[in-house]
Amino acid sequence: MIHSLFLINASGDIFLEKHWKSVVSRSVCDYFFEAQERASEAENVPPVIPTPHHYLLSVYRHKIFFVAVIQSEVPPLFVIEFLHRVVDTFQDYFGVCSEVMIKDNVVVVYEVLEEMLDNGFPLATESNILKELIKPPTILRTVVNTITGSTNVGDQLPTGQLSVVPWRRTGVKYTNNEAYFDVIEEIDAIIDKSGSTITAEIQGVIDACVKLTGMPDLTLSFMNPRLLDDVSFHPCVRFKRWESERILSFIPPDGNFRLLSYHVSAQNLVAIPVYVKHNISFRDSSSLGRFEITVGPKQTMGKTVEGVMVTSQMPKGVLNMTLTPSQGTHIFDPVTKLLSWDVGKINPQKLPSLKGSMTLQAGTSKPDENPTINLQFKIQQLAISGLKVNRLDMYGEKYKPFKGIKYMTKAGKFQVRT
Amino acid sequence: VSHSLFKSSVDVSGLAETELIFPVAALIVLCFFYFSLFLMDALLCFYHRNEDLKQMLESSKDSAKLDAMKRIVGMIAKGKNASELFPAVVKNVASKNIEIKKLVYVYLMRYAEEQQDLALLSISTFQRALKDPNQLIRASALRVLSSIRVPIIVPIMMLAIKEASSDLSPYVRKNAAHAIQKLYSLDPEQKEMLIEVIEKLLKDRSTLVAGSVVMAFEEVCPDRIDLIHKNYRKLCNLLVDVEEWGQVVIIHMLTRYARTQFVSPWKDDEVVEEYSENNFYESDEEQKEKDRKVKNIYTMDPDHRLLLRNTKPLLQSRNAAVVMAVAQLYWHLAPKSEASIVSKSLVRLLHSNREVQYIVLQNIATMSIQRKGMFEPYLKSFYVRSTDPTMIKTLKLEILTNLANEANISTLLREFQTYVKSQDKQFAAATIQAIGRCATNITEVTDTCLNGLVCLLSNRDEIVVAESVVVIKKLLQTQPAHHGEIIKHMAKLLDNITVPVARASILWLIGEYCERVPKIAPDVLRKTAKSFTTEDDLVKLQILNLGAKLYLTNSKQTKLLTQYVLNLGKYDQSYDIRDRTRFIRQLIVPNEKSGALSKYAKKIFLAQKPAPLLESPFKDRDHFQLGTLSHTLNSRATGYLELSNWPEVAPDPSVRNVDVAESTKEWTGILGMTKKEKPTEKFYSESEEEEDESTNTSSSSRCLESNLHLHCLENCIFRTKTHELLHRMSGKGLAAHYHFSRQPGIFGDHMVSVQVTVTNTTDQKIENIHIKEKKLPPGMRVHEFNPIECLEPAESITVSMGIDFCDSTQMASFQLCTKDDHFNVNIQPPVGELLLPVTMSEKDFKKEQGMLTGMNETSATIAVAPQNSTRLVIIERVVKAANLGVVPSGQDNIHRFAAKTVHSGSLMLVTVELKESSTAQLVINTEKTVIGSVLLRELKPVLSQG
Repeated sequence: MIHSLFLINASGDIFLEKHWKSVVSRSVCDYFFEAQERASEAENVPPVIPTPHHYLLSVYRHKIFFVAVIQSEVPPLFVIEFLHRVVDTFQDYFGVCSEVMIKDNVVVVYEVLEEMLDNGFPLATESNILKELIKPPTILRTVVNTITGSTNVGDQLPTGQLSVVPWRRTGVKYTNNEAYFDVIEEIDAIIDKSGSTITAEIQGVIDACVKLTGMPDLTLSFMNPRLLDDVSFHPCVRFKRWESERILSFIPPDGNFRLLSYHVSAQNLVAIPVYVKHNISFRDSSSLGRFEITVGPKQTMGKTVEGVMVTSQMPKGVLNMTLTPSQGTHIFDPVTKLLSWDVGKINPQKLPSLKGSMTLQAGTSKPDENPTINLQFKIQQLAISGLKVNRLDMYGEKYKPFKGIKYMTKAGKFQVRT
Repeated sequence: VSHSLFKSSVDVSGLAETELIFPVAALIVLCFFYFSLFLMDALLCFYHRNEDLKQMLESSKDSAKLDAMKRIVGMIAKGKNASELFPAVVKNVASKNIEIKKLVYVYLMRYAEEQQDLALLSISTFQRALKDPNQLIRASALRVLSSIRVPIIVPIMMLAIKEASSDLSPYVRKNAAHAIQKLYSLDPEQKEMLIEVIEKLLKDRSTLVAGSVVMAFEEVCPDRIDLIHKNYRKLCNLLVDVEEWGQVVIIHMLTRYARTQFVSPWKDDEVVEEYSENNFYESDEEQKEKDRKVKNIYTMDPDHRLLLRNTKPLLQSRNAAVVMAVAQLYWHLAPKSEASIVSKSLVRLLHSNREVQYIVLQNIATMSIQRKGMFEPYLKSFYVRSTDPTMIKTLKLEILTNLANEANISTLLREFQTYVKSQDKQFAAATIQAIGRCATNITEVTDTCLNGLVCLLSNRDEIVVAESVVVIKKLLQTQPAHHGEIIKHMAKLLDNITVPVARASILWLIGEYCERVPKIAPDVLRKTAKSFTTEDDLVKLQILNLGAKLYLTNSKQTKLLTQYVLNLGKYDQSYDIRDRTRFIRQLIVPNEKSGALSKYAKKIFLAQKPAPLLESPFKDRDHFQLGTLSHTLNSRATGYLELSNWPEVAPDPSVRNVDVAESTKEWTGILGMTKKEKPTEKFYSESEEEEDESTNTSSSSRCLESNLHLHCLENCIFRTKTHELLHRMSGKGLAAHYHFSRQPGIFGDHMVSVQVTVTNTTDQKIENIHIKEKKLPPGMRVHEFNPIECLEPAESITVSMGIDFCDSTQMASFQLCTKDDHFNVNIQPPVGELLLPVTMSEKDFKKEQGMLTGMNETSATIAVAPQNSTRLVIIERVVKAANLGVVPSGQDNIHRFAAKTVHSGSLMLVTVELKESSTAQLVINTEKTVIGSVLLRELKPVLSQG
């Protein structure tokens, strides 16, 4: 299926290539570069590019293009999903997935890629199994390896691949047994000029960090499982049990993983925790415009809104902005025309605001659209949909684990049209 | 995995070194040969650069070698040529350091194709590892061997694949399936033989193998749909437990299969729908019953239903490719009323990465043209955000346009108004096109749209104006009533618009409807005649057209002007324009040559023209299977497999029946494996339940029958004897029984698994039941079950534990403790439980048997009761007595069984040969003679008893 993989950085250098079948010359990437040139931004490069003999499927993450070369018909999502899994694995291994990191660890990268695909068909994509095969580099291990000459390659046979729970490595041992679950909800919303909601959806995930000895069997139940409109599971979750009892029953992988993603549909009424008051105006005659925005809390269930960040792509005609924030810092980049304002926490008594004027390019007429405002924020200890975990039980092992559940609400794609 | 090869060379290290002398010597000779060649080479300096690497590779220190290999892999990764180091690298293929070994493999796979002769030297290492007792080593050896693309080893690969395909370990069989594709791409002439292997592996019941073998099937022989019949139901039932990548491949294959085997569920949809409304509260079964009574109403083949039901849970997968695969399956196979269940999951995928969104949106776009209703409830999920990349924006816009109807158009148009103002002008232009399409599709809003578009004409942005002009032109053709005012307005704009397409469109409009704007049209011609030479070709052609049309309708005012324009055109640089000029001149200016044609000039130029249809670019994509690369590209990709149309009459459904005789044969053949997979299957799909359900709802007696037989067989073969561990009297009310579950490897490779059932016969609850004080013979190990916290009265619980008996029948003694008491108990295994079944072919069996003669053979003549002399009964009885795997046999009177001991893995071969006068010869061949003779003693009475 997947013939070859090329990694291309922002400046168009191929800095890594790997072939699973016969070698495909790197000149095939010229077609990709062509497409890249045609697209104004990296984001607009089409993910599927046909060439006379091959097809190039690419994903763009961390400023790197991962380009897979395909020779014949294959579901494109198969390849794309796999490439994303590769990026996730690198991130898992090295903490960050950057060109420098990949170049520094080129041997580990190569070994991992070798295990992930056999003849272009995915073989081991579970990070638990991969980590058993090839240990991720840590500073300590690198030091030890240089002194003792030992290797990153695991010397035990990865029995996990053959077991009934292929996602969990065997022989896990911890002195502190802990299981943490983060319920994170993101609000995607479009708010119109007048402040009314055009569309709002909640997209939630439960990320887990489970460090438990042996083969624990966990069940997680919710107070209000009916809220979850559409869910997708990690393969460890027993589907039948969810269908019949609305309980999550699973043997977890070791370490960090995403247990569940869910969706609370647009039909449900979504509480919007913040509002933006704005007054942005350009005048036809003068080369000055007025800019004024205020951010305030709306339905926050008594919690503080923090980490507020406002960004806005200003029209091309704007030359510069002179603004004064009541709190936080702001930057306007005159080249990309991107205004960002790092607000921080919202104090309901004294609402943060950003006021000032814009200088417009002389001679050009006023832009016909006001910029949209993108908002980021965080609210700790709150799941905006009202989802609550009822209890977490463990079977199969005799020790008492330490359990923790955290809630958080974030802004996803939260836009205010002005 | 491949590093595990290392272990093999440790195990056989003594052996390996002696055997390696030859290849190493050969290598050295070859090295010198190559070296001398290189000396002659003019590129000597280039060669010197890698000299240090060669020295490092030849050093005696592993660390230096490893360093060198790492640098070489770095070179490969960067795409630099490292092929000249081949001789130096390949020598290390048998290195004892795992990482060196692995990196050498990486190197080998990359360069073996270029240096075939040298690559051959590494083959023997892999061949040896193929015979290793450890499954992971066998698997990785096969993997590397098959990845070396050297045509000369094709026969070796073929042999290795054949052997691996009947390996006991499903993991090795999985790798065999992968190797099939590799061999096929290396040498397509092996196709027939490979199909045989595929056929065999398709019968495999392991979830590990299923995905890989179907992949091989798709690559090698996708047209051999007949191979699927017998495995169809099994694949459907296994699907949930197959790994995610395999699921995608299987679902796509089954979609194709189903389209050839079942009749269309789409024809009588309405009838069925009405029906189900009436019977809203009745269960499916009753409904089906009734459906069947009413003639001529479509009933779905139970197998068709099975596929739909078993794929539905996969919509909840975290893998976007799996969700998409199920979505396309429902689209292509499900009754139209059911297909809508996939929309929710597809909409969920829109929160994923940009690339996933792109593909999913494309597929939704195609779906939404045909069945609007599916995505209407999710209209708002397709609203565009200013931060979306342009390609996502245009796709969303496409879908919104497809979903537009009378009810939602006003909201949509309001939304479109925002988009038109977008800073992304390409997107704004696309929005205008979309408005145009809505206007033609929904007649109620045509006027509103047209007015809106006319307003846009005064927009400052040129692209927006141009696009509006083009769309207005198209709309006006469909709406002949409006013309006058709008055309006048557009004529005024002509001075300011510079985009050629827009100018051309305006000119065409004025020409076409020149009779409605009789005062303006000639003036426009006058203006454009002045600028003719500076116009774009596209505009020039329209000026000519305008001139011609005016000449025909209003020749008094425009005759001279037109002739002037025609003269300009005559000497234009573009031959298209010169051609057109000549053509028009001949047609409209009557002269003696032009004859009859010019009489009809007016009809030719001013004929009623049909209005253009504003269509979605996704309209014609539906002939490609959704979710495929071809669909994304809208052109046939290499290797695209056409989805056939539904057959008029369904082919014989009985081909999918797995009949009893065959099932037992197939079944007993893989007896060992089935046991092994049991836990996997149960784990998630809870197969018992599933299977029952499927037999019920499929409601076909034939299917039921075969399943029933399977169940009987399962019960009689696998229910091994239960032994008492602790009697309730001596256990003060705590009773315990155990049986050998015959599941290998839950607790480790050498453990025999034992299922212990503890029952509380008292009237109080018993707390904290656990194991203590193990008194074990040396070497023996016990994996305890987890303590049972509490056992209520009259309740019983089954736990499993593992015991490594070290291939002896010695007792394992330990204490079974409760909170207050402890009881001494012991487990003594029957020798038959110290074995694990092995699958092998008759040929292999004979070969192995040949090596285990003399001291290693024990035999006895036994009496066989007449009712026991059929094959089925013999197999059943022998397998019940000892955990043996059945070897397929060519002769009716000889039955062979194979197993290996759990601890040491030594082979145990059992042969039962029926003789005259109800006797039989029982032969056992094994290295473990003690166990062999004990087993012989235990098997003796098995067949003689009635």
